[in-house]
Amino acid sequence: MSHHIVEFKDVYYTYPDGTEALKGVTFRIHHGESVGIVGANGTGKSTLILQMNGFLLPTAGTIRIGDLQLDKKTRSEIGKKVGVVFQNPDDQLFMPTVFDDVSFGPLNMGLTIERVIERVDEALRTAGCYELRDRPPHHLSLGQKRAVTIAAVISMQPDILAMDEPAASLDPKARRQLITLLKGFKHTKIITSHDLDLILDVCERCIVIANGKVKADGPAREILLNQQLLDENNLELPLSLQRR
Amino acid sequence: MLAFDKEYFNIGFLDTLSYKHSFVHSLDPRIKLLTTLAFILCVVSFPKYEVFQIIPFFFFPVFILSAGNIPLKFILKKLLVVSPFVLFVGVFNPVFDTEAIYSLNGFVISKGWVSLLSIMIRFILTVSAAFLLIATTSFMGLCLALERMKVPKVFVVQLLFLYRYLFVLAGETMRLIRAVNMRAFDRKNLSIKLFVSITGTLFMKTIERSERIYQAMCSRGFDGEIRLLKRYKINFTDTVFALATITVFIILRKYDITNMLGRALG
Repeated sequence: MSHHIVEFKDVYYTYPDGTEALKGVTFRIHHGESVGIVGANGTGKSTLILQMNGFLLPTAGTIRIGDLQLDKKTRSEIGKKVGVVFQNPDDQLFMPTVFDDVSFGPLNMGLTIERVIERVDEALRTAGCYELRDRPPHHLSLGQKRAVTIAAVISMQPDILAMDEPAASLDPKARRQLITLLKGFKHTKIITSHDLDLILDVCERCIVIANGKVKADGPAREILLNQQLLDENNLELPLSLQRR
Repeated sequence: MLAFDKEYFNIGFLDTLSYKHSFVHSLDPRIKLLTTLAFILCVVSFPKYEVFQIIPFFFFPVFILSAGNIPLKFILKKLLVVSPFVLFVGVFNPVFDTEAIYSLNGFVISKGWVSLLSIMIRFILTVSAAFLLIATTSFMGLCLALERMKVPKVFVVQLLFLYRYLFVLAGETMRLIRAVNMRAFDRKNLSIKLFVSITGTLFMKTIERSERIYQAMCSRGFDGEIRLLKRYKINFTDTVFALATITVFIILRKYDITNMLGRALG
């Protein structure tokens, strides 16, 4: 299958308040690739993720997801293909129980009740949080909330997973579990993070964004070893590669 | 602990109670809602000067309390918080309504005192029943019950969101107030200006969050309708419970059991 492609062509985005977040971003992500997007704070990484499922439409340039070009008409279709995991789980878990939250997407897709329950159970098992099924989200720890957000997204069986800082404020063990989980997915994965070790572990390719543009794009091992490039972008060598 | 923190954990406790497991917790929320409403209706419908006939109604809250494993102290505390309001409603009755109704060995009790007592008993009964309903039913269950009892979905969904984000917003407020207190040291009364800026910050945070929530909803195919799975089924136990309690309510309402008992024993 070659159609799960994510292609940004000279994408610009300016927020209504005048902030220029993206200034000509171009890249192409192929089926099954896992790509890490790194860069300093405020360089447009989160904006980039919001473009992927059509929540923001580019001010100029084109975005293609699979065979569809992103515009007002295709955005809901594209929303089904790209599952986005947001930075803050409290924003994403808006239903009163874990089960309801995970079933929200599948129910909206018009599946039968049996299929919905099947999918929810499967997604919860994959994300390793089946036992949280009937709990309300506000009684969960951050790591558990994160796992549930991932379950909520994979229950819709998207082709592409896009995640914004998935490991932020997780404890080391929860972070390790997340990495194992992500490695197990066969989806196309796009992950923004400041956790460069996570990127190194999960992604084979890495894109550096600086000032709304693509600064570098290549194999994660090469990019994350390039001390000069990392320095220029407020990043540093992954801890696992640093010599003590 | 700061006052706000305490309140925050208090609501949290009520919520935690509702996720326990017991006979009462496992009843269908619709049944509990229905019986509680019937209970309140019966208690409220007594005439103004009735006291003794209402007393047997205590069986219901006592039953729910013990069968549902709800700590008595918690409910009493809640009642205490609300009681001043109720006391105020009836506090002038003894002053205006001075006609004698009972007299015990020359000690005359006026109608006003009796009606005040009656109001207080009714208050204790109805409010504790409402609290117990919430403490033994998850909020989600209650909302689903409302939905299936044909309450417009808009209201139900509003309630669900209110419940979900009440804790988030309260948590945010708590952290903000902590941060203020950390640097305000012993200054007890914060200036209006500070209060305005705290509310402003919270308001902005809320707006921004609502936008992000909306994004999250859209990215999972939200099209204006929230679909809720029906998962409760009224079974045999539920039916028996409802029939039994409501029959008892009607009997207690119609016949003066206290009087009859008193006569039988006396």
